[in-house]
Amino acid sequence: MAAMAMTEADGTPTPAPVATPAISVTDLAKTFGEVRAVRGINFQVATGEVFGFLGPNGAGKSTTINMLCTLSKPTSGSATVAGHDVVTERDDVRRNIGLVFQDPTLDNYLTAAQNLQLHAELYGVEAQLVKPRMRQVMEMVGLWDRKDGTVGTFSGGMRRRLEIARGLMHSPRVLFLDEPTIGLDPQTRRSIWDYIHELQEREEITIFMTTHYMDEAEWCGRIAIMDHGEIVALDTPEALKAGVGTDRVTIHTDDNRAAIDALARQFGLEAKISEGAVVFGVPGGEQFVPRLFAEFELPITAVAVSRPTLDDVFMSYTGTTIRDAEEDAGKARNRIAAQMMQGGRR
Amino acid sequence: MSTTREPVSTATSPPAREVVRVSVPKRSTRSELRAIKIVWKRELIRYFSDRLRIATALVQPLLFLFVLGSGLQQLSAASTDGVDYKTIIYPGILAISVLFTAMFSAASIVWDREYGFLREMMVAPVRRSSIVIGKCLGGATVAGTQGVIVLCLAGAVHVPYNPVMILEVLVLQLLLAFAITAFGVMIAVRIKQMQSFMGVTQMVMTPLMFISGALFPVAGLPVWLTVLNRIDPLTYAVDPMRRIVFKHLNISPAARHALDPGITWWGWRVPTLVEAAVVVVLGLAMLGVAIWEFSSTD
Repeated sequence: MAAMAMTEADGTPTPAPVATPAISVTDLAKTFGEVRAVRGINFQVATGEVFGFLGPNGAGKSTTINMLCTLSKPTSGSATVAGHDVVTERDDVRRNIGLVFQDPTLDNYLTAAQNLQLHAELYGVEAQLVKPRMRQVMEMVGLWDRKDGTVGTFSGGMRRRLEIARGLMHSPRVLFLDEPTIGLDPQTRRSIWDYIHELQEREEITIFMTTHYMDEAEWCGRIAIMDHGEIVALDTPEALKAGVGTDRVTIHTDDNRAAIDALARQFGLEAKISEGAVVFGVPGGEQFVPRLFAEFELPITAVAVSRPTLDDVFMSYTGTTIRDAEEDAGKARNRIAAQMMQGGRR
Repeated sequence: MSTTREPVSTATSPPAREVVRVSVPKRSTRSELRAIKIVWKRELIRYFSDRLRIATALVQPLLFLFVLGSGLQQLSAASTDGVDYKTIIYPGILAISVLFTAMFSAASIVWDREYGFLREMMVAPVRRSSIVIGKCLGGATVAGTQGVIVLCLAGAVHVPYNPVMILEVLVLQLLLAFAITAFGVMIAVRIKQMQSFMGVTQMVMTPLMFISGALFPVAGLPVWLTVLNRIDPLTYAVDPMRRIVFKHLNISPAARHALDPGITWWGWRVPTLVEAAVVVVLGLAMLGVAIWEFSSTD
């Protein structure tokens, strides 16, 4: 991977993978029929790292996480988690990982404590340690006083917190979180991140998570950007943003098409339409704007300049913003669904 | 739950910042037994916390027993040698109540899949067979409990509360419940949607129930029905139950002969133990298939 080689060459203070990395992935690939969901990816995650997998829906994040969790077998390549091979040592991997899925997997008819107890029994946690451990993980997510409440009566945020607590019941060495904050309100999202950081401090645990929230990816130690089944960039958020080298300028005009042509003609800039505005990257954005207003041949109704964000990083590697990428994916899904319905009617 | 009595429980309030570290042992017979136990226990917790389910599961046997039983009594008074029709079908109802409760328990696998909980069990470091066995034992226990409730109705249909009879019926009910749950799990592993599962089970259960002779004596039937009756696995649970119950009834030999003719294979009266063995063997075979299917799914 080009991005990884770059990091090593210029000596950015990336947490160097230690002797036995928590996760090590070599040429991992998964094919579903014709679809190459994951196309031979390579990366390592050091013990104690918070590692984020970023990408639009359908980029191959969940497929990768499923392979690492032993839930699906790789088509080719290999991976080890906590030092164990995900294909040949499935059981050892499972004993050492905690999982929080995108979709809920709690028993809504049981109480919170019963759910955790069940988990502890399935994982063979020593009987006399079940209670203290349960108290600890539930206190961490602020649910200890609700331990005897039936899960069915919990809100979405409480359930997600309980799932995280359950994933930690057996002191896993690696915790996998598949979109842990999806569909939650900002406050709950924030508190889940507090738990994640608290965990990292207290339990020497490695956290591997997927997200498609750019702002959340900032909280990770390192992130890998995934697009169309490939890792297109991998580094710390700071290094990735610094690597963009340009500021992001957004202008609103009456005729976006014409504005793009004019930008290319007058300034040699390559602009794109994103979310109804014209967006382009330029070094020293604040100095460029006065020049733009002085020389641009079309009227500009609004302008914004921003430092590079992970959105820009994403854009510079994939040529699209994550939201646009998801819209496209959504349209493709709708198209397929429509075709299927038509096929059904015939 | 089960782990509260240890002396260590004084230490359940750890100093605020100290991490309670636990470890997951390698897979062993002990850990598998623990997994079986907790899956079994979960079925029980869910059953006993759902009083509505306990009540609704009683509706059907009550309808059969008191509505159908009382109604048909009008027609059959002459041909039953003075035995109440409710008494005649009571052993059958003991089996039917178990049948439907056990199937309902097995359906929880489909629910678990739909609500995601199945995944929690699938990724645990335990054998898939432990999950299936726990599930079947749980279903058997729950159905057995439901059977006990129906057993309590014995007095209302002129059957004495004889301890030996109750014990024997209970053992049979547990065996039947286990076999039916195994059968249900075997189907549930394949069928991913609740509606389809309900449809398939209705399609299978209703003929099983009617053909088994739960509602009529199995002698002197047309040949085609006799053949079907001998093939129906439920027959081998209903017949011994009837034999056990009738042993404790005070009725004329003629009535006994007409109403409890027993199952015969080419003229040989099949003994109770063989009938129970048929149920057990079928149950184990279906359990085997269920485990095999469950282990080979991702």
